[in-house]
Amino acid sequence: MASKNDPFQFQEFEEAGNLLESNRDAVTISIEDEDLKSKRQRSAVGFAQDVGDEEPLINEDREELLSGQKKNAPFWTFEYYQKFFDIETHHVKERILGSLMPWPGKNFIQVHLRKNPDLYGPFWICTTLVFAIAISGNLSTFLRYFGNSNYKYTAEFGKVSIAATAIFSYAWLVPLGLWGLLLWRSNKILNLVSYSFMEIVCVYGYSLAVYIPAVVLWIPHVEWLRWLSIVVALCLSSSVLVMTFWPALRDDHPKVIIATVVGIVLLNGLLAVGCKMYFFNEPKLGPLHVSPPEAKTNRTSS
Amino acid sequence: MASAEEASRPFAGLSDVSISEEIPVEGDIAVPVGPSTRDDEFSTLDEPVKETIVRDLRAVGNKFIHVLYPKRSSALLRDWDLWGPLLLCVTLALLLQGGAADSDDQGGPQFAEVFVIIWFGSIVITLNSKLLGGTISFFQSLCVLGYCIMPLTVALIVCRIVLLSVSGKVSFAVRLGVVIASFGWSTFASTAFLADSQLTNRKALVVYPVFLFYFVIGWMILTFSPGN
Repeated sequence: MASKNDPFQFQEFEEAGNLLESNRDAVTISIEDEDLKSKRQRSAVGFAQDVGDEEPLINEDREELLSGQKKNAPFWTFEYYQKFFDIETHHVKERILGSLMPWPGKNFIQVHLRKNPDLYGPFWICTTLVFAIAISGNLSTFLRYFGNSNYKYTAEFGKVSIAATAIFSYAWLVPLGLWGLLLWRSNKILNLVSYSFMEIVCVYGYSLAVYIPAVVLWIPHVEWLRWLSIVVALCLSSSVLVMTFWPALRDDHPKVIIATVVGIVLLNGLLAVGCKMYFFNEPKLGPLHVSPPEAKTNRTSS
Repeated sequence: MASAEEASRPFAGLSDVSISEEIPVEGDIAVPVGPSTRDDEFSTLDEPVKETIVRDLRAVGNKFIHVLYPKRSSALLRDWDLWGPLLLCVTLALLLQGGAADSDDQGGPQFAEVFVIIWFGSIVITLNSKLLGGTISFFQSLCVLGYCIMPLTVALIVCRIVLLSVSGKVSFAVRLGVVIASFGWSTFASTAFLADSQLTNRKALVVYPVFLFYFVIGWMILTFSPGN
């Protein structure tokens, strides 16, 4: 009867809004609260934003609230990692195609990942690349000495472990460094575009996909073809990475932007050229240089 | 009142029966507990060792036949065992041993390398399948992947025989054909068992690592060249 006890009073929305602000991981989902919350956040931040930034902000808020349920498992349980494999075949196909054909303005993380980074793509692309490099290197050495009767074919199996170390450390340590860098800069610059570590690992993993056909093209001993494929693969891969990290960097000090972009491209190029030099080295044409143990076995056999 | 009480108590009528003190009351109150018949049938502790081994060998041989004719039967999945995979893995690693430049550092794969690739590869594929939400259990998947290496082992034996007799381009063509056929057979056999346990829209994601695994093993077999 009293108006204070009226259950249909609209005070409840205010309380829920306050509760949500204090506890961001709350599992409550309601569209009106999200709009209130995002409006409050924008007004609290204080400066005007251009229209282009508003869309991803609202999407990030909504999806962070909706995905609050995902983050409950501690990192030592199986369920924690299961949420990184929550993708389907067509998602993986889209992501690989998106990394092969970068489009200016299409940020890989925002367009393809959509807050659902996966570990399937990066892991299996890196593994495929390791074996592709080892097998292609083996094939190209074999083709090099094909008609030569002095050459005893060996499988050169030790190179697989070296390739694996190089590629997996690139795919994990560089994203770690980049994530740390972005975290450090976000303390100094008020930056609302932030990427989680898994998203950065995901982008780096998918950006290596373009090297798999490039490595296959390195098999025949045609120098210009090899360098051409390296340059094309480097351009595609680096442009995916640079376009992804540009929104996170563009508000920063110009020196930091240039240093970071140059660092990304340089490390990428170092990986490509290093792999080519080590696995596909070209001894000069001429008398076949055999190492002493092989020469001994050849002499004893003939 | 007393009689009503007595009537309501169970065994009320027996209170009249009494045993005289002269007759000693004795007997055996131990309840004879024989072995329950259910346990007896499955208890294999007392059988001769030969019987145990023959039974296990028969189970392994049965599974080999299932790999040869991969129908959608669930025998491989229900009674998984790791004897067959171990046998095949050791055979494969031993046969890949007598390769050229065995004393070199960069020769053919060492025994440990083959072992690690097969077992570590199987474990990674199983983890991948489980993370993608597969319903197959860990050891069942290891069992299936291990047994499906059998066609590739057979191919390696054939390759070694071919290398002993023929040489040159013909031998390479024959070996290539045999390895490709057995690689296809292995992949087909294992996906017949594994793909059923996945959702339709993730089948390709589970099949691709299996394809890569058998491709690498097939590559190791194809590039095997005997020493002198």
